[in-house]
Amino acid sequence: MMGLHKKDLNLLLIVMVLALFAPFILNPFPTDSALAQFNAGYPDLMQRFVIFGIFAVGFNILFGLTGYLSFGHAAFLGIGSYSCVWMFKLLSYNVVPGILLSVVMAGIFSVAIGFISLRRSGIYFSILTLAFAQMSFAIAYSVLSNPAFNLTNGETGLQVYASDPQWLQSASAPNAPHLFGLPMRATETLTVGGWDFQFNVGYYMCAIIMILAFYLSIRIFRSPFGLMLRAVKSNQQRMIYTGLNTKPYTLAAFIISGMYAGLAGGLLSAMDPLAGAERMQWTASGEVVLMTILGGAGTLIGPVLGAGFIKYFENIFSKINDNILHQWFSALPDGLEDFLITIVHPFIGKGWHLTLGLMFMMVVIFLPGGLVEGGQRIGAMFKRKPKDTNGGLSAPATPAE
Amino acid sequence: MGILEVKNVNKRFGGLQALGDVNLDIQENTVHAIIGPNGAGKSTLLNCLIGKLEPDTGSVTFDGQPVLGLKPHQINQLGISRVFQTPEIFSDLSVLENVLIPCFAKRDGSFRMNAIGTVGNETDVMSTAEKMLDDVNMLDKKDVLSGALSRGDKRRLEMAMCLVQEPKLLLLDEPTAGMARADTNNTIELLKEIKASRDITMVIIEHDMHVVFSLAQRITVLAQGRPLVEDTPEKIKGHPKVKEAYLGETAA
Repeated sequence: MMGLHKKDLNLLLIVMVLALFAPFILNPFPTDSALAQFNAGYPDLMQRFVIFGIFAVGFNILFGLTGYLSFGHAAFLGIGSYSCVWMFKLLSYNVVPGILLSVVMAGIFSVAIGFISLRRSGIYFSILTLAFAQMSFAIAYSVLSNPAFNLTNGETGLQVYASDPQWLQSASAPNAPHLFGLPMRATETLTVGGWDFQFNVGYYMCAIIMILAFYLSIRIFRSPFGLMLRAVKSNQQRMIYTGLNTKPYTLAAFIISGMYAGLAGGLLSAMDPLAGAERMQWTASGEVVLMTILGGAGTLIGPVLGAGFIKYFENIFSKINDNILHQWFSALPDGLEDFLITIVHPFIGKGWHLTLGLMFMMVVIFLPGGLVEGGQRIGAMFKRKPKDTNGGLSAPATPAE
Repeated sequence: MGILEVKNVNKRFGGLQALGDVNLDIQENTVHAIIGPNGAGKSTLLNCLIGKLEPDTGSVTFDGQPVLGLKPHQINQLGISRVFQTPEIFSDLSVLENVLIPCFAKRDGSFRMNAIGTVGNETDVMSTAEKMLDDVNMLDKKDVLSGALSRGDKRRLEMAMCLVQEPKLLLLDEPTAGMARADTNNTIELLKEIKASRDITMVIIEHDMHVVFSLAQRITVLAQGRPLVEDTPEKIKGHPKVKEAYLGETAA
């Protein structure tokens, strides 16, 4: 079906179910319960899950398939965000032109940056992309923000003002990002018993785009083009002496992943019409690298899981504070309670990066294939493998799903 | 006129004359061996033929077309394939995928953006690749990760990857280097089979005289960057200049 093999189709169905039922899946605890803070089923966070999912899926097309580690993909995220807000300012709050322009602009920039950066490979490629991203950040933060020519609005961030032209904005359309009149912010709440499930228009738009983006990435993985990209990662020397020009293949992969990043950036602005330069900073580039590796680089579903994992912990751990800890440990004797809180304190709230770092270390050391490998190991425990008739040679040849 | 003509090729690395006035004329459908002691310039010559190095002067013509100045992938597309000293394969990919890649390169040229098709549905390429694997008796291993193959199988796979492109010229750089005698003999048999079953020209660079004399129809002896003699294996065997080059002047 849809040109997919059964295994890939199952994977797509899993992602569809996860994305479309996220308001239920991410909201397992009743709203008034003590565990409600572990719920992630509110629109703002769910939107970020799928948007960063798109970002990571695109990044994986470059890094997972070709092995070229870009440390500058946040530049395309930022370019996408700015492009989208500019469409809001000039045309109207309809998100379609904004999202289209963000993909196109990111594509144009990735042609230029990719063409230069791909002259080198390995660490030099990474450094070049990092340099480009940091330059983009500096340009967005200060150079292109002066009274004479204000493209990015510097520190404040680009946003829509009442004085903006908005040539196509009709009086009846909502005064916030919308899809042909359907406001992104609109949220329907379904109350079942103690649970409040929230269904947000913006989230569902992003989720559908994410499913399409994921489907496209499966097609790329299984296509002759995808096979060539895996060949680039495996042995460029052999590729060249097999009559293949590696340069256009890597550049194409770079552009595609840049456009995915632009799309993610555009969606971020479509959800919240404010674009700041910090979206281009190297920490944002590093984050997508973490997501991809944590989930499983080179696997299809890994980046989606990685993005969800990191965004979940970023939001949940950073919300826990000492008061909440006191509630949790209140049953314990005072001395022990204070002791535990002292131990746990550095890992929560602003210290959530510490937790993330520890988890990242654990995954890289014990599960080099990321969360996907973890899942496969658990799966293998339940499923007896058929007798290995190949004398240990039957290593998995296709990249894990 | 031969299929591969090398005329007055010179190559210098600083003060070292790696190749001096090399002339070669390789006839179509022959097995031509290039031998010579260490440092004779065999590998340099090979690298000049495939576009890895550019000679300082001289010309290389393949099938009537000048080769110098072309990129390695363009030279391959003309019909020259190369087998490396240590097998160069895509060790992260399956055996079948390893053979599919040259099939696509042959069909689609050096670059084609086919991101929507599915590899499994490209039946023509699929059947060519599987037939090739069958020819080298590796079809049962098609789903094995190629990095996990034995060295002999890796060599066999690399040959299959080259042959599936139906090259006019196959360059082999010490195909039996570091192999046990049994593996060497297997490789010789494989090469003989390949030669017998199709029209192909082979250029072999080799140390092992056993391999050279079992396969070659013509032999060029290279010493200190210059071709010393070129003749049939029988004549080369007893040639005084060859003994001199290999054993040093006093032995001659």
